[in-house]
Order: sequence, then structure tokens, then C-alpha cells
Amino acid sequence: MPRSQESAPIYEALLEFEKKRVVPFDVPGHKRGRGNPELAAFLGARCVAMDVNSMKPLDNLCHPTSVIREAAALAADAFGAAHAFFMVGGTTSAVQAMVLSAVKQGEKIILPRNVHRSVMGALVLCGAIPVYVDPLCDERLGIPLGMRLKDVEKAMEQHPDAKAVLVNNPTYYGVCSDLVSIVRMAHARGMLCLADEAHGTHFYFGEGLPVSAMAAGADMAAVSMHKSGGSLTQSSLLLAGPTMQEGQISRFINLTQTTSASYLLLSSLDISRRNLALRGRETFRQVVKMAEYARGEINTIGGYYAFSRELVNGDSVFDFDLTKLAVNTLDIGLAGIEVYDLLRDDYDIQIEFGDLGNILAYLSVGDRPRDIERLVSALAEIRRRFGGARSGRIRQEYIEPDVAVSPQQAFYSDKQTLPLRDTVGYVCGEFVMCYPPGIPILAPGERITREILDYILYAKEKGCSLTGPEDPDVNHLNVLKGA
Amino acid sequence: MEFWFSENHTENVQFSIRVDRQLYSGQSEFQRIDVFESPEFGRFLTLDGYMMLTEKDEFIYHEMITHVPMAVHPHVKKVLVIGAGDGGVIRELTRYPEIEQIDMAEIDPLVVEVCRKYLPQTACRFDDPRLTIYYEDGLRFVRACDNIYDLIIVDSTDPFGPGEGLFTREFYGNCFKALKEDGILINQHESPFYAADAAACQRAHKNIVGTFPVSRVYQAHIPTYPSGHWLFGFASKKYHPLKDLDDVRWNMRGISCRYYTTTLHKGAFYIPAYVEELLKNVE
Repeated sequence: MPRSQESAPIYEALLEFEKKRVVPFDVPGHKRGRGNPELAAFLGARCVAMDVNSMKPLDNLCHPTSVIREAAALAADAFGAAHAFFMVGGTTSAVQAMVLSAVKQGEKIILPRNVHRSVMGALVLCGAIPVYVDPLCDERLGIPLGMRLKDVEKAMEQHPDAKAVLVNNPTYYGVCSDLVSIVRMAHARGMLCLADEAHGTHFYFGEGLPVSAMAAGADMAAVSMHKSGGSLTQSSLLLAGPTMQEGQISRFINLTQTTSASYLLLSSLDISRRNLALRGRETFRQVVKMAEYARGEINTIGGYYAFSRELVNGDSVFDFDLTKLAVNTLDIGLAGIEVYDLLRDDYDIQIEFGDLGNILAYLSVGDRPRDIERLVSALAEIRRRFGGARSGRIRQEYIEPDVAVSPQQAFYSDKQTLPLRDTVGYVCGEFVMCYPPGIPILAPGERITREILDYILYAKEKGCSLTGPEDPDVNHLNVLKGA
Repeated sequence: MEFWFSENHTENVQFSIRVDRQLYSGQSEFQRIDVFESPEFGRFLTLDGYMMLTEKDEFIYHEMITHVPMAVHPHVKKVLVIGAGDGGVIRELTRYPEIEQIDMAEIDPLVVEVCRKYLPQTACRFDDPRLTIYYEDGLRFVRACDNIYDLIIVDSTDPFGPGEGLFTREFYGNCFKALKEDGILINQHESPFYAADAAACQRAHKNIVGTFPVSRVYQAHIPTYPSGHWLFGFASKKYHPLKDLDDVRWNMRGISCRYYTTTLHKGAFYIPAYVEELLKNVE
């Protein structure tokens, strides 16, 4: 008999296991924390005691047959998927398994340029060729949006041999593309539709939120349970629709997934799934309420623009995730990254990210109204203390990439190191990310243009953290020899 | 029967008062509220198990948080009180006829209701016509105010719980904005003695120093608060708490107090060396 959403098989198995007081002559070597009292004191005795190894009563993530399998079935049921896989290597591992399951060497995959770095990494691993769709940029806000249907269609027509299309559902800023239509277009051409739902766990449980990938009929989705779902950092889910072969996906997952999956992460997935299934609707109603309240208050401060559904245009912004609290800061004369730093340094408030024009505060089940008041008040103070006239600092963030060779070929090619300013015209051999939010400016295999170089220099000057290159200060870049 | 109220002042220190009976216990949206009657301290109010006031020693706190700024600022007309659901600060303020408007932002209506019923000693001036009570988060209330008040008194709970936001830099900054160009901000400033309280005290001081040009700390002895040694913050845009003290004018009013005198006012700003150092470390 299928178990109900009120059960949590992994959690329950751990409770049973705890009662048995089994003597451990297996790993982990800290032996329920006794071998590492400082760690036990720091994390709590219960926590380290539950850090145990796979064993018969607790199942094994590499080849689940009992409690993990049951927990995954419950998760699939809760998310409306045919199959669910518990992932312990972050949503990065879910994205990689998803892409690897869909495309192989030399095959094409259609992607919005503002994909997460994990997708680019997956392309290096599998050797697929990216076909980028230009996500439009909102001129006022300077943020990348979703993919327009006609741009997706154009890419599909120009590359009818593409095997899959990947969609951000939603983007970091909460922008959704028309996923239902993209799924239909992809399936009509025999392509798979994949969704990066790193920021969309709540779509499966909320009311009045954008459509989830499984509900839209997508074939696979990588879902960050540890973001809006409330599980521990690094735990994640890969969901698959009925068209996908469970065993096939498992094969790819097991290529890179650990054979010693953490039961802290697995139980957190199990318990969070139960919470979401039982109370998710009410939880996200509260989160939306807080976000709406915060937007209203922030927009009355003046200068700030906490944007929302008014961006929806039926195309590049097909829908907007109301739980995302993104605020444009340019009208108070400060870059988002400056506000981000001030919030942390002067007000002890850590938000998710700041980019050139915006900040994003991540709201979730754990937030309290009083903390929202602090955030709003701190923003009011920052405006009072540092605000000025709007600086003409808004800059288009999207620069069309020129893919010269496949990411994998570029990754493995011989390279040389050149001073950043001398790299124009060369093919880049490494990633250059502006973090947060971690969207590539350059990926391996792309030609470096003047425009890209200027943007990198600009982002550096503004204090964005640039990551990816071997040179941590990004004064040099590795480029392909002779290309 | 042994019936005691106990509060942990630290993990290793406990403070207990013998209780005759419990008059009220209830849970509001924000906190647990209890009122007890005791042989030694009379009635007392606790929030989430923390002592707020007793009938026996509340005069010390309420006189010191109110009369110190009133003896310095020459013309207080508009006052904002944040917290103060027990009414003690309001009682002291209403003794000044020249005050025209008292706004009070208290987050928890149940505290006011309970105090009206069980603590008439402090909750005795809630019907003063100059008073308007706003049941709102203090942080939110003050955010919307600009250049309105001569005096803001922050009678908050501890910085762990609903009062947390009232110890932050954003709050003090919003208060600065809400005050007139010669306004004064008084806040309950925790105790310098036990480590956790001292850290809260330092954080508050750091945040105030970063916001106001004049920022001084004064002390009082409050027997039922942790360590008994309690601090208040005096922050202002213009007036100095000692140089601008007009003791003659204040004494002419004939307000009789049991703790505050203008002589004690001067002494209260002379704080122990270890407290001076504690504060200097974050200035």
C-alpha cells in the first residue's frame, strides 16, 4: 500500500535505528560523535549521532530499494512527477544529471544565456553544444528576463536537430517564460524540455504562483529543496516525467554522486517534503503576504523600486514569482551591490545578492514580520544616508555570446595566459562569472569581444565578485592557443 | 507551599521572588504575558518570563528614563514613546503640562489591556487626552516620521524577542530622522555586567554612536533587573546631558520624585571604569 504524505520513511527509519543503539563498526569514524567531542558539542549530539552510513534498515541512495525508494516515491507524488531522485550534491548535481540524461557529445541543447553555471559545467562534462537564446533585458532594471516564444521557435527552427531545450523556471529574479508553450513546441519537434527550478520549489505548493515544470509537462526538473523548500543546504531533487526511464537517469546520477550519501541531507529532504505536502500551501501564502507587504513598504520609501507582476508582458515575462523580493536601487543613486554591502556591513542584514542595479532578498518559511521591518527600515536609512540622484549607471547585462568551439573542447584545449586587456579576439578557455548571481559573462569556447572586456572591467570596478578564472583577481585570462 | 517566580539572569545565575498568587497569564500574538503578586515586590509583570517591572522598584526606571531628558531639553512639546505598554513612562510624562502631544507605539495591545487591569500603579494615565496609542511595530512607526518629535523614549524589552528591532542601527537612524534638529533619544540600554547583556549593551551603543553626534550613557540601580546595575542611553542632536542640564528650571517645577534629583542626574553619567572601557571599545 502506498504510504501517505504524512509519513516520512527515511526520518522514521532513522528514529527506529536510533532506538536500537547499534554498535558501530562501520564508517563514519567519529562513531556517533564520540570520536569528535568538539564537533558533537558544536553541532549537537543528535545531529552527529544521525550522521550514519548506508545500511540495510536505512537503504542506499545508489541503489534504493526500501526507505529511500519509498521516500522518493512520496516526493514524486507530492511534486506530481513520475520519478523523483534525492540529490546530495546540491542542485548543481541535479542539473548535471538532468543535462547528461538528455544530451550527449555533439548534440545540441537550446538554453537561455542566463543559465546557471551548473548547466555550463554539465556541457563541459557531456560535450553537448549550446544554442543560446537571448533572454531579453529589461532596460530600466537591467535584469535578464525569460525567453520569448518566437526566439525559442527561431532557435528550434535553425537547429531542428537539437535534442532538448532548457528553461529557467523562474530566473533568480523570479521571471518565468511561457513554459507550457515551450514544452508543447519542444515535444512537437521531438525535443525534451528540461527545467532549472533551483528557485521554484514553491511553485509545486503555492497558490497563484507560476506553473511548475511537472504541471507544465516538462520532462525533467532540477528542484532546489534547500532554497524555498526548507531542507538542508546541498540537498536537492531531480524530478522526471513519465516519458523518462528511471534506470537511465540513475545511471547518470551515479556517475558523479557520492556512495556515502549524508543521512542528514536525506532526512532533511524527507521531512521537508512532508512539510510542503502537508502545509506548503499555507506556508507560501504567508511568504507571498510578507513579500507583498515588503514591496508596498519599500515602494513608499521613495527611490527604490520593488518590482512585481506589473512586469508581466505575456512573453519575455510570462509570469512573475511573487515570493521573490527584488528591488531596483538605481534611482537612489546606488548600485545594488553597494546596497547589498551596506546592508551587511552597517545593518547586519545579509541578503541573497546585489548586482549592478538590483538587490534580491530571499524570503521563505523561516522569515518573521519583524525581520521584514528591519530590512525595510534599513533600506530607508540607506537612502537617507547615502542616497543621491539617479546615476546613469544602468548597463545592459546581456552580451550575445559568440560560441567558437564547444565548451568541452575549449575546456580541454591547450591554453595560454594573457593579460585581460590583450584578450580581445581570442577564444576564452574558462568561465568568467559575475557573482552573485552567478551568470556567465564568458564560457569556455566563446570569443572575447571588446564589449565583453569592457563589461568585465566595469563589473570589477563596481565591486562585483568575479569568479571562474584561474587568476582570482581576473587580471589575466586563459585563452585557447592560436584560436 | 513554595511558590516562586524564577528568572535566569545567566545560564548559571537565577533570581527568584516568592509569589503569593498569579493574577494573569496569557499568550498574545507576540509574547507570553504574566502578572504575579508577591509579598516583597508587590505586583510584577513579566514578558516571556523576563521581569519587566515590579510595583516596588518601577519608579527608579520610569523616573530615570523620563526626567533626565526633560531636565535637559528646554521645550519638549511632542514626545514619542516606543514600547511602554505598562504605562510607567506615560505616567511620568503627563506630569509635564507643557507637553502637548504624546504618541505611543506599542506592538502588543494585550500588554496595555493587562496592565490597565492589573497594574494601575503604572497604567494610570492612559486616558490622558494628549496621548494617542498606536498598536504597531515601533520600527515601522518611526520609519514614517520625519522631523516631528522633540523627544523619543525607547522603553523596549530585551533585544532577544519582539524588541530586537529596537536595538538596531536602522531603528536609531529612523529615530534620528523622526526627531527635530534639537531632539533627544533615550533608550533602555541593558546592563553592562553579565556577558550576554554587556554584548547587547555594546551593540546598542555602537549603533547609536554611529548615528547621533552626542551619545552618552547613564546608570541607575534597579534591584530586579539582572545584576541590578542598569544603563540608559542619552543620544541627541544638540544638547549635552550635563552641560545643558538646567537644574534650576527643573527644580522650579516642583515635581517630586523618589529616585531622580538633579544632583543624581549629574552623578548618573559618571559610570564605572569597566563600563567606560566597554563602551569606548565600540566608539
